[in-house]
Amino acid sequence: MSNDNNMNFDHEYKYGFKTESKSVKQTKRGLSEDIVREISMIKNEPEWMLNTRLDALKAFYEIKNPDWGPDLSDIDFDDIIYYIKPSDRVERDWENVPQEIKDTFAKLGIPEAEQKYLSGVTTQFESEAVYHSTIQELNDQGVIFLDTDSALKEHPEIFKKYFTKAVSYRDNKYAALNTAVWSGGSFIYIPKGVKIEKPLQSYFRINSERMGQFERTLIIVDDEATLNYVEGCTAPIYSNNSLHAAVVEIYVSEKAKCRYSTIQNWSTNIVNLVTKRAVVEAYGHMEWIDGNIGSGLNMKYPSCILKGDYSKGTTITIAFAGKNQYQDTGAKMIHLGKYTTSKIVSKSIATRGGKVNYRGIVSQGKNAYGSKAKIECDTILVDRESASDTIPTNIVKNFRGQIEHEATVSKVSDDELFYLMSRGLTEDEAKEMIIMGFIEPFARELPMEYAVELNQLIKLEMSGSIG
Amino acid sequence: MILEIKDLYVSIEDNLILKGLNLKVNGGETHAIMGPNGTGKSTLAQICMGHPSYKIESGDILLDGESIIDKTVDERSRLGLFLAMQNPIEVPGVTNFDFVKAAVQTRMSKDEHLRIGKFILKFEKASQDLKMGQGLAHRFLNQGFSGGEKKRNEILQMKMLNPCFAFLDEIDSGLDVDALKLVGQNVTELKSNDLGLILITHYQRLLDYITPDFVHIMINGKIVKTGKDELIKRIDQEGYDWVKKELGIEDEDIKPYSLGVCPSKH
Repeated sequence: MSNDNNMNFDHEYKYGFKTESKSVKQTKRGLSEDIVREISMIKNEPEWMLNTRLDALKAFYEIKNPDWGPDLSDIDFDDIIYYIKPSDRVERDWENVPQEIKDTFAKLGIPEAEQKYLSGVTTQFESEAVYHSTIQELNDQGVIFLDTDSALKEHPEIFKKYFTKAVSYRDNKYAALNTAVWSGGSFIYIPKGVKIEKPLQSYFRINSERMGQFERTLIIVDDEATLNYVEGCTAPIYSNNSLHAAVVEIYVSEKAKCRYSTIQNWSTNIVNLVTKRAVVEAYGHMEWIDGNIGSGLNMKYPSCILKGDYSKGTTITIAFAGKNQYQDTGAKMIHLGKYTTSKIVSKSIATRGGKVNYRGIVSQGKNAYGSKAKIECDTILVDRESASDTIPTNIVKNFRGQIEHEATVSKVSDDELFYLMSRGLTEDEAKEMIIMGFIEPFARELPMEYAVELNQLIKLEMSGSIG
Repeated sequence: MILEIKDLYVSIEDNLILKGLNLKVNGGETHAIMGPNGTGKSTLAQICMGHPSYKIESGDILLDGESIIDKTVDERSRLGLFLAMQNPIEVPGVTNFDFVKAAVQTRMSKDEHLRIGKFILKFEKASQDLKMGQGLAHRFLNQGFSGGEKKRNEILQMKMLNPCFAFLDEIDSGLDVDALKLVGQNVTELKSNDLGLILITHYQRLLDYITPDFVHIMINGKIVKTGKDELIKRIDQEGYDWVKKELGIEDEDIKPYSLGVCPSKH
């Protein structure tokens, strides 16, 4: 992990911090009660939040690293700076962005102006305008779309009602850590009956307001409302930090529908440990469209707690492990209500010595009778150096539940390559085409521009130009 | 152009399959290669295309006098070689259209842009000519295709790529009479002075629709007899035993070698 903790977050402020480097605040290296108090104080938070943070910190110290999966013992919690009040844009000058990252942006075809914007040198007024007009439209419908810190100030009641209710800080060590030191993230509230069909995107927010190591996202979709949320830009997110531990909590009320699409593309010096969970009420439907391309080590298992009767969970996930990458990803479906249904489609790709695991849990509780679950895990290995394991856990605790599990592992075979190459495609082009075909079930769920960028990313990864 | 195979010895996993094969095909000519199972007919097609499982022990393959045996599969394709395969691979998630488009684009220089409108018209025409039905463009490459559809799809690709030399490896197997006639017509239409055709087949019936200029009989890894139409008829009536007798060839104990192509891997 990187020892270089010169962390610079990009922030787009509502509250107009000055940009002189003097105004930058950051906590000391390492984690302690004082640090947590300091973060809470800087943010001027209500006392209950400070107390929650402190309780979470205790839990963080108590809870051990998971005794399964990748080894996390290398993470040095004392060597991390947990909070930086970001404001100094001069330091985050485009000129200071490493050449390889610039090259990657260039390869992705992101224009210079946008590159500058992404790096935090904001000159892109056009996007700003688009962003604000979107917000206005949403405001009229009573939608709240804020960064999480502002939401705590402006909507404390809703916030308190839902915060940590889907992901308790006792859930795992990194959920505890996030709760103790969280900063930034998105907060979305969709009122009853409001249907947002057009994807709500946080493309620009991420690169300006939300770029935190420990961001916290809270989404509430009220009764019969619909949200289609797309998070994350598929361009490589550069950070010289070592640890990213986010928490995403989603509440899908009765007959509501939420789709959360994201493609994670951290640089490979990042350990990415994210807890994502949705609680789904009766007749609600949660869909996770979860792409994992980046980070060196990644552990992420988006979950649906199917609490209400007839609620439904869908997770479509891809994981791509290239050189020096270890992806341990999957999905969880916890069936509690009657006649709940779930579907997991997982596509894993390993190339150039990468390691990719599918790890998942589907459990149907005692009362979840009549529930049905379907799991499809497909893995493709591009070469002999790469490896994969599929580790599913399926539990049915009632007599009328049903779980269907299918898994395949395949290799890119000589015959497949021969066929495609015999039509003129180079070996790399042929491999790339096979992989693109393999992840098509995922790509087709993405909005067009994301699918296009995903395409580009996979191409870059396949040719080994990144990482 | 001229495709010339010179005294070629080819093995797979230490089994010698081709044993001194010679063949010369000029542009515009149609050659039929017939022979019993397991004599190396498919091997000939695959090695010319550069399949990595086979090893050339000695001999050479020349395109206009230049050796191509060190060229990769894709380079050979771009030089104008084509192989309509016996078992076309299924590629889920990749549409037929995208695949053919990518293949056509490999033949273009970097500054050239594919004229997409023109390309679509050509694709649709080829698709209609082969009675592939609507929606072919958007179906995944060979996935869920019937045996006959797969074969017709090979010919469609050939039409789109305009090769100089095309091997059709048992293009007739799995085709009913109507489909055979259709494929025959389409291939015959493609005939020109710029196209050398090598038809690999067991049966006369394909050659009813595509008339060959030369007929070669291949036994035990080499061409043992070359003639014209009269050979086809005799083989159809009498099989290959008379050839063996005439030339004094002993049966070898070779198992037919299959590469184990599994068309539905995913």
